[in-house]
Amino acid sequence: MFKLGMLFSRIRVEEKLLLEEAERRNIEIVKVDSRQSIFDLNNQYDFEVLLERDVSHSQAIYALALFENSGVKTINSYQTALVCGDKVATSKALYDAGVPTPKVKVAFTPESALRAIEEMGYPVVMKPVVGSWGRLLAKINDRDAAEALLEHKENLGSYYHSIFYIQEYVKKPGRDIRAFVVGDETICAIYRESQHWITNTARGAKASNCPITPELNKLCLSAAEAVGGGVLAIDVMESQNGLTVHEVNYTVEFRNSIAPTGVNIPAKIIDYAKSVYSER
Amino acid sequence: MSAECPECGSKVELPEDAVENEILECALCGVELEVISLSPPTLELAPEEKEDWGE
Repeated sequence: MFKLGMLFSRIRVEEKLLLEEAERRNIEIVKVDSRQSIFDLNNQYDFEVLLERDVSHSQAIYALALFENSGVKTINSYQTALVCGDKVATSKALYDAGVPTPKVKVAFTPESALRAIEEMGYPVVMKPVVGSWGRLLAKINDRDAAEALLEHKENLGSYYHSIFYIQEYVKKPGRDIRAFVVGDETICAIYRESQHWITNTARGAKASNCPITPELNKLCLSAAEAVGGGVLAIDVMESQNGLTVHEVNYTVEFRNSIAPTGVNIPAKIIDYAKSVYSER
Repeated sequence: MSAECPECGSKVELPEDAVENEILECALCGVELEVISLSPPTLELAPEEKEDWGE
């Protein structure tokens, strides 16, 4: 009988909807609270497939590595999480696969980062190499701002704040696109409209349905494949040179995307987990 | 089903279909709470957001 493990650190709207869809299909879910878990290098589990829903990236990647080591098929894979959770790795994977993605420069000292910013030309966007929810993003419009920000970043605790990830600022029409890929299907997409250049719906951007054109579908499937595939949220911008992928998320949040698209995203995810189980 | 908010002491209504570890918000003080147990209904302050949290 199919049993699905679900790794979590908190039960949010998304996790609750996933639990409900599993129940509707009489699929038993084994809830694994990462805060209570102790992992060996090779454990025995009573489920063969695991849905990863840990809100912490660092916990998620180690848990995924150890679940996979114990023969559990994870959604998403450790490799996909590694790539999607690190912006340099994401940009590299997209670029190497020929998927349009904004130009990026990487530097390791404030001095070289300032030169990189000036080479790219203002404005630029600077992002923490690991981070999400629009946290610590900065649009840098001039040298004064660049110098101040670089100095501040030097004093931020963790080591990865001195990995300077500088991304081309892409002019977009007051919105971007969040598309959901489950397996080999782009199941739905939303526009996220905001006057602010950061368009997370958690920060107030308004969600509306975005039709999946053949062009958007092809772009999203190639982006998903480039980072390792699975259940992904692809962030796309409509730039002056066409669609471009700037980020891929691997622990997808979808509470604001079900109503505008009319697509039961949690159901699609649970069905996909079942198909992964049967193809295993 | 209700429990006390550990932050402000007000009564927090738990949804009928509440599950353990679910995240709720106190209607009075707005703090994030976690359902620690359903019987008896018990709430604790939810862990605070960390730098690597996200999608």
